[in-house]
Amino acid sequence: MKRFLAILRARNMEFIRDKSSVGWNILFPLLLVLGFAVVFTGEPKPLFKVGVIGDPASLRPAAAEFFQTKHIQFIPVDNLEKAIDKVDHFQLDMLVDLRAGKRYWINANSSTGYVLERLLGREGPTGYRRLTVQGREIRYVDWVVPGILAMNMMFSCLFGVGYVIVRYRKNGFLKRLKATPLNPFEFLFAQMVSRLLLIQTITVAVYAGCDYFIHFQMRGSYANLFLISLVGAICLISLGLLVAARLSSEELAGGVLNLLTWPMMLLSGVWFSLEGTNPVIQKIAQFLPLTHLVDGARSIMTEGAGLAEIAPHLAVLTLMTAVFLSIGSLIFRWE
Amino acid sequence: MMPVIEITDLVKTYPGVRAVDGVNLTIEQGICFGLLGPNGAGKTTVIEIVEGIQQPDSGSTLYKGAPVDGRFRKEAGIQFQVTSLQEFLTVRETLRLFRDLYPRTMDINEVIGLCSLEEFLDRDTRKLSGGQRQRLLMALAIINDPEVLFLDEPTTGLDPQSRRNFWDLITLIKSRNKTIVLTTHYMDEAYTLCDEIAIMDQGKIIAQGTPELLLKEHFGDVVLQVPEDAVNGKIDGLGLCTSKQPGWSEIQTRDVDATIRTLLDRGVSLKGMNIRSWSLEDLFIRLTGKNLRS
Repeated sequence: MKRFLAILRARNMEFIRDKSSVGWNILFPLLLVLGFAVVFTGEPKPLFKVGVIGDPASLRPAAAEFFQTKHIQFIPVDNLEKAIDKVDHFQLDMLVDLRAGKRYWINANSSTGYVLERLLGREGPTGYRRLTVQGREIRYVDWVVPGILAMNMMFSCLFGVGYVIVRYRKNGFLKRLKATPLNPFEFLFAQMVSRLLLIQTITVAVYAGCDYFIHFQMRGSYANLFLISLVGAICLISLGLLVAARLSSEELAGGVLNLLTWPMMLLSGVWFSLEGTNPVIQKIAQFLPLTHLVDGARSIMTEGAGLAEIAPHLAVLTLMTAVFLSIGSLIFRWE
Repeated sequence: MMPVIEITDLVKTYPGVRAVDGVNLTIEQGICFGLLGPNGAGKTTVIEIVEGIQQPDSGSTLYKGAPVDGRFRKEAGIQFQVTSLQEFLTVRETLRLFRDLYPRTMDINEVIGLCSLEEFLDRDTRKLSGGQRQRLLMALAIINDPEVLFLDEPTTGLDPQSRRNFWDLITLIKSRNKTIVLTTHYMDEAYTLCDEIAIMDQGKIIAQGTPELLLKEHFGDVVLQVPEDAVNGKIDGLGLCTSKQPGWSEIQTRDVDATIRTLLDRGVSLKGMNIRSWSLEDLFIRLTGKNLRS
């Protein structure tokens, strides 16, 4: 315990005194969030999104014409409840249920819903039952903030642990530690806890700071949000440890870390929803830890998801952590 | 008494190089043991195998009669040839960090006093001079009050004054009945500090013993150095064993008195003459036919 605490304290001091690193960890997400808040406030969405339950091809040609309208993205939907929620949060502009007793939902507060409703009606007698929901709009900044914070955590965990350990190995510091009674577990655990403390503190501070100005929509519980960020950070740190288990070249480590972070940044739903994208991409995304962290955090913030709803994400992240740590500890070398 | 370290038939190869080629060594308690040789002789590899940092291809190393294990790590102090420290920490904080890694340690103030760290205790370790840094690394190596201390080329790159200071420090630590294993390619350092030495070349031990005994064994004579212009061909044909160095004639002799008389008889001025003993460097050249730093 004494050895673990010694390494933990030393690593914390190293990080805190490295002002450029601390500054970057705080400034990067802060600037991104504030930037998005400014750029996207009040912007109309360029494309309508309509969720569809059932197959429009089964309709009469006149009735099916609506489903060929340009500039509307029709997204097949299976889960009615979730889809209604999305209309509620402005993530879908309309939901159409083509099954027996045709229905459609729009958000009474949404101008796009009104337009789509007129479009649907103009194409002939519809026989749809009109239903409305009343939810408050989720701005893009509300939607994107869990993604930005999670992305910052990803960079901090992967580079802050993976890259730093590779540097220690390259410059001989790990070799010096190997000559002491310190064992690899104590060393790696201290690195993990140090990064966890720092990244959680920074994330909470950045969240609170941005929230003060922007007032994010937060429909779920802060405890759950903290929990998923904690489990997600542990998973990402474990991935960093796995990368650092053997490499001794900073250049190669940088390359590998970029190879991991870029796909996650693009495919984990940080910037845009993967709904309606290629199913193969969506499948790949499920294997990326960041996807589960972003989806979990976003569902808590924008949909008010509870512990039961985020449990699958927590389970996947925990499983990934176990895999990364097991392989990492098996192949770890001081030199 | 049981030796502190026993090395038997040690072999280590790297691709294309047999770095350690059947080394056998025994190091007794309380001595300063010097492992000498040029760069690439295999000194560091031997030391790092003993320290458990590297694994040998074959052979064994024992610490107090048992394989190197957790006990060794607690009781050994190690200063590597090249090492880095945790960044952004001061000297004092670095000492505390290493102190907390060991179950039994010296009092931190005692280490500070011993290694003369007082002046730069609160300085970032990245801002230390070469000599200060070596003193800190030595402090880290002795912080666990080690039974055996490994110093791998501790004075390489230091200026002459810092080297002298470092020798004083090693002598002070030696006086506390520690066993010291020192690698160096400075023969004067080994001669000054070591009770026993082993000379390595191309992975093999080529000579071992106390410095005085080794020199006596290989050189029964001394060297008279006379300025070349004073000799000027006056001693040719006398059968003296001479060699030329830039500006000097060197005469090897077992009987200094008789040789000096001969020189005076021949009208050679002895003004500027030196009598030089053989050094470990000369021994190395004699044993290997090459210069230490070549």
